[in-house]
Amino acid sequence: MRVKILCFGITKEILGGFEKEIELEEGSTVEVLKSKLLDTYPDFSKLKSLRIAVNEAYGNEELVLTERDEVVLIPPVSGG
Amino acid sequence: MSNNNIHIEILLSEKELSLNACQQFVSDDGVGGIVHFVGTVRNNTKGKKVLKLDFEAYKPMAISEMKKIAEIVIERYDIAKIAIHHRIGALGIGEIPVIIAVSAAHRVAAFEACQYAIDTLKETVPIWKKEYLEDGEVWVSATP
Repeated sequence: MRVKILCFGITKEILGGFEKEIELEEGSTVEVLKSKLLDTYPDFSKLKSLRIAVNEAYGNEELVLTERDEVVLIPPVSGG
Repeated sequence: MSNNNIHIEILLSEKELSLNACQQFVSDDGVGGIVHFVGTVRNNTKGKKVLKLDFEAYKPMAISEMKKIAEIVIERYDIAKIAIHHRIGALGIGEIPVIIAVSAAHRVAAFEACQYAIDTLKETVPIWKKEYLEDGEVWVSATP
């Protein structure tokens, strides 16, 4: 399946754009997506943290992704 | 964009924030004090001169996370109302990216609630700032 991911902050620069499609096996979890990103874009290992939001809430590592999900990369936040 | 009720006012805006608007929202005849936290853009970071900041947000989730903070604050502290306003876009030195206003019958709860709200906002709300320095640009806190 192809999962569309949106990138904010520094992740936009690492992936080279705001929107990317990532090919994942059916039934892949947030954890699988994270390790795929790390393999494909080694710069992710430089980040202090990387959280994944799924449908506007932080998703835990076991959460299973589908093509319909809104998946967003959340590097360390720095509001305020 | 906002998401509000009688006790909570959340605002994410590209326009200048208003301390007066926050104060007006949290004012109430039953409260004995109001605490404001006002964040301002500093002209230096780690010994380097800052020229400007640029804030971006994952808007729907930034609003829902700010609302979550406000709901926890209302539940956990003995306060009346809370306003959390955050600005996005380019901000110059001295401009205001965030205002949190809390009103309560007694000051201790208002101080504690306000501190909790700003500390939590900085950890959970998907907003990012980029610093423009004399020698380049950097996403704040992104890397160690």
